[in-house]
Order: sequence, then structure tokens, then C-alpha cells
Amino acid sequence: MTDQQSQAHAGEAQTAQADMSGVTEKQMRRMRRFDNPWRNPKLMWGVGILLGIVAMGILGRIFWDPDLVFVGSAMPRQAPYGFENLRGQEGLLAHPLGTDGSGRDMLAAIIIGAPNSLFVGLLASLVGMSVGIVLGFTAGFVRGRTDDVIRVLSDVMITIPPLLILVVFQAAYGDVTLTMMALLIACFVWQSPTRLIRAQVLSMRESGYVQMARLSGASTSHIMFREMLPNLVPYLFGSFIANVTTSIVTAVGLEVLGLGPQRIPTLGRTIYEAINAGALIQNLWWWWGLPTLLLAVMFIGLLLINLGLDEVSNPRLRKL
Amino acid sequence: MTKIPTSYLMNRAFTLVLTVFIAATLIWIIPRLSPVDPAEIMLSRMAAGGGAVANSDQILAQLQENFGLNDPLIVQYFKYLLNVVTLDFGLSTANFPTPVSELIGQALPWTLGLMILSLIITFIIGNLLGALMVWEHTPKLWKVAIPAAMVFTSIPPILSALLLMWIFSANLGWFPLTGSYGLLVEPGWSWDFIVSVLHHGFLPALSIVVVTFGFWALGMRGLMITVQGEDYTTLAKAKGLKNRYILYRYMIRNAILPQITAFALKIGLLIAGQVLVERIFAYNGMGKLLYDAILNQDFPVIQGVSYVIILMTALSVFVVDLIYPLIDPRIRHEGS
Repeated sequence: MTDQQSQAHAGEAQTAQADMSGVTEKQMRRMRRFDNPWRNPKLMWGVGILLGIVAMGILGRIFWDPDLVFVGSAMPRQAPYGFENLRGQEGLLAHPLGTDGSGRDMLAAIIIGAPNSLFVGLLASLVGMSVGIVLGFTAGFVRGRTDDVIRVLSDVMITIPPLLILVVFQAAYGDVTLTMMALLIACFVWQSPTRLIRAQVLSMRESGYVQMARLSGASTSHIMFREMLPNLVPYLFGSFIANVTTSIVTAVGLEVLGLGPQRIPTLGRTIYEAINAGALIQNLWWWWGLPTLLLAVMFIGLLLINLGLDEVSNPRLRKL
Repeated sequence: MTKIPTSYLMNRAFTLVLTVFIAATLIWIIPRLSPVDPAEIMLSRMAAGGGAVANSDQILAQLQENFGLNDPLIVQYFKYLLNVVTLDFGLSTANFPTPVSELIGQALPWTLGLMILSLIITFIIGNLLGALMVWEHTPKLWKVAIPAAMVFTSIPPILSALLLMWIFSANLGWFPLTGSYGLLVEPGWSWDFIVSVLHHGFLPALSIVVVTFGFWALGMRGLMITVQGEDYTTLAKAKGLKNRYILYRYMIRNAILPQITAFALKIGLLIAGQVLVERIFAYNGMGKLLYDAILNQDFPVIQGVSYVIILMTALSVFVVDLIYPLIDPRIRHEGS
């Protein structure tokens, strides 16, 4: 067991075992499992849920006919399989999740719509994050005027709710593509990563290892990307996920107001159409309920990832 | 009370003015870049209403003149900024010739009332539950129940609004489906009216509270963990103070301060979320006004509503920034 080639990681666990003779084997296994903070159960569950939605989008396109998402592909307002609609018609297996008011198959609508929402969130957040990293590092390193401008601008932009500017934009321009909407949302999610990175860079500048690297003659880019960035990773992930949530909320908000992409099925637009057709009063629960449920699951997944990341970056929150 | 230094005040005021200015400019520029002409929209509405419109060219020219579209852009811009300062957004094109400010004036009290009520409730519930999550003397049951309830708080308020509306309005019929007061009630300070308003406002407020308290609870949890390890908490325990007293007067009191700054950053999203809840419940607030304006392509109203909501957000942030040093004397406001 005292093999020199065994990983340092395992070696530590061995010494720990030697010290704590009273600890049961089961607790020991948990301790070893939690040794790597990234293998956090909340994080894994959250990632699992999101991957599940992506998998549904991919597998759904293979095993189910995506063309059923077009208007009039079936009789409208059919209940899901095993339920009855108000006219007393039973749901058919041909449309297991029912159909909406204009004859779209709900299963197809979800298969196409759910990954779209996730895509908007991820793309917007990714772009916002990249801008945030660049601006945050610039502000933290260059200081002076540049820092002032970036700081004030991010302070100002963080108080402007993206939804309201985007409402004006979309009302003026009409239809947009999914990518366009994501990029528009990205204009409003760069502030919090910028602020976060700037604050961290300012405090890290003075820390021992950065001073050390500077004394050793490391280049600025080396200090930025090899010394500082790895330490920021948990924060960056946390900020990224928070931004994905904000972006999806904003996108769904626009869609529920009847804006956003008009020709591409999205979960928000399905909800919008359901509300407009009075689906709530007519008890067509599958029409608005399924997209709502799926969005809720998506947000719960994102929350779990965020909680998990909190525990990764703040060991005090971790429980053995 | 400590006195707020002028430099801090100026700094905050500058941020406020800059925020409002940037928002106003964005709202002005965006439609100018678009190919759609507000006068043409209005004319097409007239055409849709009354068939062919005689002398449409002249009317179009007149409307463009009225909207000030013939001036050079820079003149239009400064006229616009001047109007925005006086909250004058011109006339609504859908409800011609009602001024936009009048429509907003009718909607604003409803939105503000709903917002302040739900904010106070969420702030209290959220912070208390967050503190209980960490407190060592919390009953076992609560320690399990609170994190479980937190799961719901990740979903946006539109989804909770839909769900609550379906359960309590559409199925059970306990609460009305739409509106902010009953159709048969005369608005005024009568008992019937107040009951009706509360009856209509309950579900919208609840759907906001249910999904937003978790934000405070999560923040509070993190802060309480820090406070728990502080010397003054240990001292309070050593002094033999009652547990409850330590929780309220020592722990929560210290942990709640950063929560107030978090509030300033979150308020924009909260207001945006509420706009959507109002749209779903057809509550007579800014959300419904905005939605109707989008449906009718009523541009002045869309601009006005967006501007007023952003102004509200910026003002609340400003107020929070000013209050903060008063409640936390440890903060020294030098520079930023």
C-alpha cells in the first residue's frame, strides 16, 4: 500500500485513516469521495439535469418526428395519453403529451423548445463572461482612467433591467433569431463577472504568489492566465451559472410578452400562446403546464449547480 | 446619526444621473435605428379602422411634424432628453390622444403597491429562514423543510404565477383570475374596495414571494455562517444570554447589513419579474400597460414604461446607497 507511485491524493487519505481509527469504513469512503471538492453531489445532480434536457433534445429529434411542431400537424387541443379534454375526447398515443390550440404536437414542441432556451442562456452567458473576463482583468491591471470608466459603466449597467431595454429593441425590430436574442441579452450580463473579477484581481495583485511570479520575471499574460485565472475558476463558474439563469429568465420573459423569435418554437412562446388562448380557464393544463414544468426543472438544475459551486469555493458550507 | 460626506453623496448622485441618462439614450437610439416609423404605424391603424384614408400623405406629413420627426436628429435628441426629465413622453398612439404620462400615472400606484408589499414580506421571511438554516438551535424539522422549500425559489415568478393561478383561480375559484379590483366595485376608500384590492392582489404578491425569498435566504445563510464564528457571538454565548436574544440582536443584526446592498443589485430583476407577473394576472399595473402597448405597437408607451421602471430601479438603488452608511456606521465612504 505504501507504493511510492500511488498518487499523493491517496496517500493523504491513508495518513488520515491512520490518525482517525474511530472512523467507520463508510464514513472513510465518503471522506475520500468528498476529498475532491468538484465531485459534489449537488453539482453532479444539477449538471445531470441539464445534460438530460440536452439529451432529450438530441434523442427526441431522432426518435420523434420534429416536423410535428408545425401548426396543424394534428387535431388541436387533444389531451395527453390517458387524460380527457373538455370535450371528453381521450388522448391518443399518437400525441402522448397532447396537442396545443393550433394542432402542434406538445412532445415535439418541448423537444425543439427546451434546448433552445438552454442554448440562449448558455450563449448569452458565455459571451457576457468573455467580455467580463477581458474587462475585469483590464480594469484590475491597468487601473487609472480605464479602471474608472469600466467600474462606473458596470455599476451603471447593473441597475438597468435587461428586459426593459430589450422590450424596446424587439418592439422596434420585430422578429429576431435565437442567436440574435442571445447576443442582445449578452449585452446585459457582462457586468457582474466584470465586477467580480476586478475585485478579485485587485486583491490577488498583492498576494504572495503573484508578487513571487512578478519577481521571477513572469510576463503579465502569464500572471493573468496561469497564476490568477485558475484561482478564479470556482467564482467564474458560479457567476457563469448565475448569468445563465438570468439570461434564460430574460429570454422567457420576452417570449411570454410575445416578443423574441416568432418562428422558432420556444418554451416561453408556447406559454404566451397558451395564456392568450385562455388555456388556464379551459383547463388545457398540458399546453402551458409542460413548458412551465420543464423550465422549472431547468432552473432547479441551475440552482443545484450554483449551490454545489458555492460549496466548492466555500469549504465552510461543506458537510462531511 | 452620522453625516453623509458630500463626496459620497455626489458620487452616488452622479451614478444615478448617468444610469438614467444611458437608459434614456438607449431607449431613444434603438427605435431610431429601426426601419419602422411611428407615424406610419399610426396611419396604418387608422387605415385598418376606417378603410382607405383620404389625404394619407398629408396626414403622414402632419403626424411626422407632430412627432418632431422632421427636425435634425440632434435637435430631436435634446428635445427628447428635455421631455424625459419632465416625464413627458408625448401622446399614446393606441389611445390617441391620451398623454403617456397619464396612462403611467394610473398604472404606477398599483405596481408600486404590489412591489413594496411583496418586497417587505420576502425580505422578512427570506432573511429569517436563511438565519434559521444556520442557527444551531433551529428545530430539526425546520432544518429539513427550509432547504426543501428553497428548490422552488430557483424558478422565475412567471412560472409560479401560472401555477398558483391555475390552482387557486381557475380550479378552486378562491381568487379572481384577472384585474386588480372587482368590476362591480367603485374605486375609493370604501371597505368593499379595499377588500377587493387585497383579494385581487393576494395571488400576484404570493407568486412573487414564493420564488424570491430564497435569494435572501441563501445570502443570509452565507453571512450567518461567517457571523457564527465571530468573537462577539462567542462572547454573547459566554455571557449566558438567551439563544433567541443572541440570534436576533447579535447574529441577524450583523448579518443583515450586506443583505441590504445585495438588495440594490437585485431590485432591477425583481421589478422585471413583477412586470411579467402583472401581465399574467392582467393586474392594472405597468406590466399590463407594457404588454398592451407591445400588442398595439404603441411606441411612446413602451418607451415611457421602460424609462419609468428603469428610473424607479435607479432611484431605489440610490436610496439604498444613502441609507446604508446610516445603518452601518462601520462603513466609511471615501471615494467609491
